[in-house]
Amino acid sequence: MKMIVAVIKPHRLDQVRDALTAIGVHGLTVSEVRGYGRQGGHTEIYRGAEYQVNFVPKLKLEVAVSNDLSERVVEAIRDAANNDQIGDGKIFVADLEQIMRIRTGETNDEAL
Amino acid sequence: MKKRLSNHQVFVGVATTFALALLSYPAAAADVAFSGADTAWILTSTALVLFMTLPGLALFYGGLVRANNVLSVLMHCFAIACLASILWLIGGYALAFGDGGGAQAWIGGAEKWFLLGIGPDVLSGSIPEILFVMFQMTFAIITPALIVGAYVERIKFSAVMLFSGLWLILVYAPVCHWVWGGGWLSDLGVMDFAGGIVVHVTAGSSALLLAKVLGGRRGFPKDLRPPHNPGMTMIGAAMLWVGWFGFNAGSALAADGSASMAMLVTHISAATASITWAFLEWRRFGKSSLVGIVTGMVAGLATITPASGFVGPLGALFIGFAAGVLCHFCVEWVKQKIHIDDSLDVFAVHGVGGALGTLLTAFFAAASLGGMGLAEGTSMGSQFVTQLIGVVAVLVWSVVISFVIIKVVSAIVGLRVEDEEEIEGLDLIAHGERGYDL
Repeated sequence: MKMIVAVIKPHRLDQVRDALTAIGVHGLTVSEVRGYGRQGGHTEIYRGAEYQVNFVPKLKLEVAVSNDLSERVVEAIRDAANNDQIGDGKIFVADLEQIMRIRTGETNDEAL
Repeated sequence: MKKRLSNHQVFVGVATTFALALLSYPAAAADVAFSGADTAWILTSTALVLFMTLPGLALFYGGLVRANNVLSVLMHCFAIACLASILWLIGGYALAFGDGGGAQAWIGGAEKWFLLGIGPDVLSGSIPEILFVMFQMTFAIITPALIVGAYVERIKFSAVMLFSGLWLILVYAPVCHWVWGGGWLSDLGVMDFAGGIVVHVTAGSSALLLAKVLGGRRGFPKDLRPPHNPGMTMIGAAMLWVGWFGFNAGSALAADGSASMAMLVTHISAATASITWAFLEWRRFGKSSLVGIVTGMVAGLATITPASGFVGPLGALFIGFAAGVLCHFCVEWVKQKIHIDDSLDVFAVHGVGGALGTLLTAFFAAASLGGMGLAEGTSMGSQFVTQLIGVVAVLVWSVVISFVIIKVVSAIVGLRVEDEEEIEGLDLIAHGERGYDL
């Protein structure tokens, strides 16, 4: 099993969700986060004064998937979130030790 | 306000002792009958002007600070409103509008303490005097509240209360008396329809001084956080715009053509200054911002305030344009050239706007420029000198007395919170609350 974490531009969320649903992913956790990468921050001007905004708003997605689905999920997120611009985000994939569905106690692939 | 001034204009040619006696308030309007229409409009205006502070100004300022200071700003405006109301009842009104006897040129206060003797049947012009008290009270509320913008995010709450109370009695009440209460500036013929001098010059100049003495916010000017909620600022600004109809058109103290014209020119100036500001931002920075356009609106409203009952629509168009340009550049001048962290630009918008409008009144009040006409025997030049004397005298008074007050406040309760507290934010430090779950 893999835990796939993706940081994406907020306005791409719906496309990513649709793409993941289409390949059979049944669950997804989204959080609003702030951070910086190559994009850095940006400058805002209020009443003629410049303010440096160092942390840019992004969405963080967390998806747990079975090993055989992992590569397709990564591809699907990449396709759906890609603007071909700096700041489009990153995808992290990590091994996942255990999963349990709280209600039934089912574990691992059965819990997905 | 208009009533006294128009009396002044009417009687100025009749240099008799009798006429001069009529100049003093409220005897000037003693022969005017009670008017239900006027009373209804001033009742309405009074509510509108209170609405400017609560919640208009509070939201306008609240959106411009960091997220962990928003409640402190709302609290400042609210607490000042309560404090100013009580002080106005006790002695503020007496000092501003009570007869001053031998000291009438300088200060009132020989009568009307605790509003004694002002029953429901006592008239001031064509409205009950108690309504005039209440209408003026809402001006006394918003004026010290305007100064909040200078000291946000770093001042002690006790300092806010002590400063505002002393300031209302020692700066606002005397100036109000000079201009509107039959004092020396009124005798001189200074034209200030709704408070360009009384409200905006006093608040703006005191704000600049207080910001200078207090010092800038941590990180000023390079490392500051942007306004946390421009949407809140726009909501507050829109309330100010509407409330300003009561402020300016209400200052006619009648439901008549003068009030109607005051409302129109107020509106036109606000619209023109807003669009001017937005245009300048677009040309200079590539984008017109919401914070920018509403700041222009406040500049346009503050600038038309002294002129509102005296000028016509075309005058308003010019005044709004001038306000948009001058105040726009003054904001940057204060923060970037003289390096004073007047945080929410009280001086650049209100002080400069109020003074500009007061000076421009000398020209645009003239019938030849579409105004309601200058007093008989007065030229644009001579009126300009009169206006200039008014602005400079009030500016000097405000700064000098404010300086003394600041020293007193500093000695008694101190001005500034500790560095750590400033980082933590005043909401939690001073009031034990938080505006948002962050």
